[in-house]
Amino acid sequence: MTNSLLFDFTVDKATKTVFITREFDAELSLVWDAFTKAELIDQWIAPKPMISKTKYQDFKVGGKRFYAMVSPEGQERWAIQEYTSITPKTNFKMYNAFADKDENPELPGSEWDHTFSEQNGPDGYRGTKVNITIYNESLERLERILDGFTQGMKMSLSNLENLLATLSKK
Amino acid sequence: MRRDIFQAIADPTRRAIITLIALQAMTPNAIADNFHTTRQSVSKHLRILTECELVKQEYKGREIYYSLEIEKMKEIDKWIEQFRKIWETRFNQLDKVLSTIKKQKK
Repeated sequence: MTNSLLFDFTVDKATKTVFITREFDAELSLVWDAFTKAELIDQWIAPKPMISKTKYQDFKVGGKRFYAMVSPEGQERWAIQEYTSITPKTNFKMYNAFADKDENPELPGSEWDHTFSEQNGPDGYRGTKVNITIYNESLERLERILDGFTQGMKMSLSNLENLLATLSKK
Repeated sequence: MRRDIFQAIADPTRRAIITLIALQAMTPNAIADNFHTTRQSVSKHLRILTECELVKQEYKGREIYYSLEIEKMKEIDKWIEQFRKIWETRFNQLDKVLSTIKKQKK
């Protein structure tokens, strides 16, 4: 069974905005929870082998989520999200910035806008479409995000190589 | 100061210069003729583009010609592709989370 869910990713360099659209094979309220509840966000937001760790979250306008992306070596990259607008099960906006472990943000950050809509799936089943736009004052910042992830991946790959080397000696 | 390709394309005048010289190599004067700014300002943008290694200079007689480093432009696309892959991975992980929760509910 091939399950092809719509996935669209475009970067407008001129307006420094990233547009992401994705469909999910789940009802809207569940997808909304997966994007807004820290215990669920932490389960998917970090591309493996990175893990996401939320220190605290207060999902309300003016509230924050303070979290870290943790590399396989335990290196923590902290960031803070402040919720700027919430329309339950429809839309939420936030401002995301890197931070130090004491919650001091490193500006500028990026503005995130998420819109959720119900889709008619096959057999009348209802899926959910999520539109995300991310505006970055600096594209260099995006580059740093990517650097962080690729570093994490490279490190775990070299770990794997070491492990394989050790195992093959036995 | 750190120079990278993203800084190079962050400015509208520099993007216009890139578009111009993508078609043919041009002298700074010929480039400046296309803008309502000073020759000095165009020179500054060309210097940044050169520092970012997005354009190369070639001397022909007494004139300097600027042209685009196509390979460097491709780096931007490669970078975007990596970023896209991260989101793809994320969403595949989310699909699994959603299907696990759906099964638990049944």
